[in-house]
Amino acid sequence: MSASTEALRAEGIVKTFGHVTALDGVSMHVARGEMLGILGDNGAGKSTLMKILTGYHRPTSGQMFVNGAPVSLGSVDHARTFGIECVYQDLALVNGLSIYHNLFLNREILRPGPFRLLDHRAMRRHAEAALADIGVNIPSVDLEVGALSGGQRQAIAVARAVASNARILLLDEPLAAMGAREAGLIIGLIERLKARGDIAIVMIAHNYAQTLEICDRVMLMQHGEVTFESRAAETSPTELLEIVRREYRAARVG
Amino acid sequence: MAAEKTAAAGGPAQAGPRSGLFGRLHDFLLRPEASVIVVAVILVIYFQFTNVNFLTNANLETLSQFIAAPVIIACGEIMLLICREIDLSVGQVFALAPFVMERAYDIGLPVVPAIVAALLVCALIGYVIGLITIRLSVPSFITTLGMLFLITGVTLTISRGFPANTPGGKLLTNIMGNWGYAEMVWALGIVVVMHIVLRHTRWGLHTIATGGNVVAAAESGIDCDRIRMGNFILTSTLGGFAGLLEAFRIGSTDPLAGGSNIMFLGVASGVIGGTAIAGGTGTIIGGLVGGIVLGVLQDGFTLQGINAFTFDIIIGAAILLAMVANIHLARLRGAGQG
Ligand SMILES: Nc1ncnc2c1ncn2[C@@H]1O[C@H](COP(=O)(O)OP(=O)(O)OP(=O)(O)O)[C@@H](O)[C@H]1O
Ligand SMILES: [Mg+2]
Repeated sequence: MSASTEALRAEGIVKTFGHVTALDGVSMHVARGEMLGILGDNGAGKSTLMKILTGYHRPTSGQMFVNGAPVSLGSVDHARTFGIECVYQDLALVNGLSIYHNLFLNREILRPGPFRLLDHRAMRRHAEAALADIGVNIPSVDLEVGALSGGQRQAIAVARAVASNARILLLDEPLAAMGAREAGLIIGLIERLKARGDIAIVMIAHNYAQTLEICDRVMLMQHGEVTFESRAAETSPTELLEIVRREYRAARVG
Repeated sequence: MAAEKTAAAGGPAQAGPRSGLFGRLHDFLLRPEASVIVVAVILVIYFQFTNVNFLTNANLETLSQFIAAPVIIACGEIMLLICREIDLSVGQVFALAPFVMERAYDIGLPVVPAIVAALLVCALIGYVIGLITIRLSVPSFITTLGMLFLITGVTLTISRGFPANTPGGKLLTNIMGNWGYAEMVWALGIVVVMHIVLRHTRWGLHTIATGGNVVAAAESGIDCDRIRMGNFILTSTLGGFAGLLEAFRIGSTDPLAGGSNIMFLGVASGVIGGTAIAGGTGTIIGGLVGGIVLGVLQDGFTLQGINAFTFDIIIGAAILLAMVANIHLARLRGAGQG
């Protein structure tokens, strides 16, 4: 976990939407085998930061580095060439499509031959394997995603990011809609990935205690800025809550 | 874990292909095209029993000529409807294309290049519609409403308001629509290709994703603007091609051919066939059968001597009925799978 294994770094990221400044000079970094937790109020800019890291949004200013080299991500596909995969907060699922089509959306398996036809059968097979891997209860990969429960949908989104060989895995509240058992499964899955040592993971969450438990390092974001950063072992939910309250008051007064 | 999986697999919510005659029938009835296929079969049987001339070669030829153009247009409109767009001007492109071909022929191009030139102009119109809709964020309903008037004006200008004769030798003219079933053969070929595009290519899947959830599609890295642009170009080009076929069949072109009437027939074919106006789902096969239903109704009632006014009432009612049936069958489908 030394600086030489750094997978992703962002420096001075600013993002404005019209008059709204969603990110006001945010810097972050994460190393291979490390898991960074991002905590913070609603509207703090956490998801916006994620979407910049995935190439979905272009930053207004600031610089990103992948494996130490400066990059300017032009699109989601471009970010994916660096192994950046994301479970978006809205899950990025298309309700009218089957589970297996969603799992392979924009990374479809094609049949050999000049016509580049979809290989539905291979996608079904891989989808079944990927879901069995996670162990989340889903009756059939033929079901439309719209027919699934919130937690099942979240499991599909996680399975998609994990099955795509992510080297930098971004998770935007991946446990929000999950039952206790399923959350346990996903956490187990994340910990297995972490144990492999070659994947960098960034997770946004709202549960302080849980985040401190599974992450190596945590970062607090408020009103578009990073207000606190610490190794998980060196802080506590009480301290984090204290800082959030203080910063919130300071922002109100200032 | 294993126990859970077995329980889930044996549970009532299981989907996927069923076996046995009733299982297959059940699967078929859950398809979005199912209701319109049933309706088409009933109509054909009804008209055959009430009119001996219905299933004769001469009448089938007439029928096929009525069906072909709306079906070709439906193939484009269905792709657009799936990605939440529409093209109201395709009927005007239908009328313009033959004149572009004739003018190109007049200035010295051989017939085939003249046809290609006409199709390129149609594609360009689709591109312009796409640019205005996507870059300037104008709803395509408005963009193409404007284009509808604009293209009518252009067609009337370059035709000076007069019909023109189609160029070309006998073989080409026959292939391009003059032989009785030529138009229908083209239409069926386009249906097959577009069905494959929609169900078995990334383009089709991404079109469905764009219409189903544009944010999700973009977050997955799909270039939704490119998908929409491509489908605008496709629809205009197909509209122009249908217009060319019609011109070659008749041997001359009327500047007021096609128009909004043929556009509405195309859209109605798609919608009757099970394509949702709200986007995200659609079927090309359904569009074909929808076109057949409209054609059979028109032709059958004409044979029975029902007058044009009554006919419009019946068509209108049929479209409403088909929509209601589709919405309710979709709900049944949802219940059957959920
Ligand atoms: N596409 C957009 N257009 C305009 N404003 C946006 C857009 N996306 C985000 N914002 C604004 O940026 C700010 C940060 O939003 P963001 O979604 O990043 O917050 P968040 O930290 O993820 O919050 P939450 O915990 O509620 O998910 C908000 O004020 C939001 O309104
Ligand atoms: Mg968020």
